[in-house]
Amino acid sequence: MIVAGLDMGVQNVKVVLLKNGEILSHGMAPSGFEPEKAVEQAFQEALKRAGIAYNDIAHVAATGVGVELAPHVDSKISVVSADARAAVYMYPSARTVIDVGAEESRVIKCDENGAVLDFALNERCAAGAGAFLEAMARAIEVKLEDMGRLSLKARGTTSISATCVIFGESDVVSLIHKQEPKHEIARAIYDALAERIVSMVYRVGLKPDVVLVGGVAKDVGFAAALKRKLETEILIPQNPEYAGALGAALYAMENLRGDKNGRRQL
Amino acid sequence: MGEDNFEYWRWREYRLIVPNVRLENVKVITAGIDVGSVSSKAAIMVDGEIYSISVMRTGSSSPDSAKKVLENALEGTGIKPSDINYIVGTGYGRVNVPMANGTVTEIACHAKGANYIWGPTVRTILDVGGQDIKAIRCDEKGKVLSFLMNDKCAAGTGRGMEVLADLLKIPIEEMGEASLKAEEEPEPVSCTCVAFARTEAIGLLRRGWSKEKVLAAYMRAMALRMCTLLERVGCERDLVITGGQSKNIGIVSRVENILGIKTLPMPDWKENGRDPMAAGAIGAALFAKALFEKTTNKT
Repeated sequence: MIVAGLDMGVQNVKVVLLKNGEILSHGMAPSGFEPEKAVEQAFQEALKRAGIAYNDIAHVAATGVGVELAPHVDSKISVVSADARAAVYMYPSARTVIDVGAEESRVIKCDENGAVLDFALNERCAAGAGAFLEAMARAIEVKLEDMGRLSLKARGTTSISATCVIFGESDVVSLIHKQEPKHEIARAIYDALAERIVSMVYRVGLKPDVVLVGGVAKDVGFAAALKRKLETEILIPQNPEYAGALGAALYAMENLRGDKNGRRQL
Repeated sequence: MGEDNFEYWRWREYRLIVPNVRLENVKVITAGIDVGSVSSKAAIMVDGEIYSISVMRTGSSSPDSAKKVLENALEGTGIKPSDINYIVGTGYGRVNVPMANGTVTEIACHAKGANYIWGPTVRTILDVGGQDIKAIRCDEKGKVLSFLMNDKCAAGTGRGMEVLADLLKIPIEEMGEASLKAEEEPEPVSCTCVAFARTEAIGLLRRGWSKEKVLAAYMRAMALRMCTLLERVGCERDLVITGGQSKNIGIVSRVENILGIKTLPMPDWKENGRDPMAAGAIGAALFAKALFEKTTNKT
């Protein structure tokens, strides 16, 4: 039995294919302005890797910020629920899931079945998500993909606040003028974002194990800052940006099996 | 077709010299410099009357911006920097105005400046700049009674206008008018985060909205944020708007519409220099005069 999970993210559309509960393949495409095209492209990549045809998929479940734009899907699931399912699937010990995406972030407390117990959201504010890092990297004229490694060289001599991207830009400009080294500013940027995320973690309560997912989880600078601020170990899957799509795929499987009460052990 | 390189977001810098100001038997020349996050303003006052004002973009260095805007305000006036008896710095970058003899907060300066521009009936000032919104209450002398400001979030400030000017390709000075031409007044956008303004607007355009309607929805949301702040501080008449957005008719008319009260009319600032955008600098120059007189009286 093959099912698919589709995550309509702000920046990228992601697809995960499951066969009998095991991950078969995945695919990704930039969301762009034509969501249908992006979905098709992501599916094609995943199907090609798996060596199967679209018609072999028994059920497609969708999630993500742009879930309303998803064409012909069989079911829909919230990102919060999808994340929790995915985290517990990957790490059965996961109880706190932190998802930092391009424009939104969320912290979820879940049980051993991947059911959501509580959650906190950061919406409508760019300062609590990947958009903050993007804007700040631009301000210090460093490529976003290089900023993480750069920040690891820093000792933590300075700080900025991440209450607002626009205010953050001013903070960063004045640090540049004080000739603060770029690697120190980079670390301050990650610390600021991590602090915002940590305040969300404390709102729902910190319960180990902590799993970090979403596109920003791949940023070594952010992961290091979050670890510092939380003072705990953090589990990061190999492909953290696929967590939402994986959770949706797990949901597709449940739907197909007709699971009503709780999820069957995988 | 060539590439469109016009910078729609870039508002014009300007200098204004008030005609017929007498420079004989002058007792005191003062200057106020307001280094804001987006624009820097300078006002030169001769015996407490506005002689010249200058409005320029703030660069990445506050001291340089302060120096430039003061030089610009003095150009063509016949006044040299050394002729100035006292300079007060204000605004976001006030601690970085090297030539200032003193500093005063922009809250106090805006209240003082508004009192000078419109007279003693002003009780509430809404100052909307590039990165902040301030609601200030003052007495008949322009003394601050209370104030509130957006200290955590730039949503609803002038910065969003720059982003939209760039996206919609409408010169920033014409956006207010354009927003009033919308076929209907739409619901406000749900998110005024400046960092998301672009994607929010693109989403609406893709739904088939006209540029004017997008602007109207965004400005309505901005005005609502301003009115929330005004209501919290307690909005008492007369109400005036200062800062860059005082010249945005799309914002002014919506604030009036939401509150159900009129703001005092825009003064004839091109003639008398009473420019609401420079209210902070004008207030600073007035404080400079008072501070100068205080120091000379002592000696």
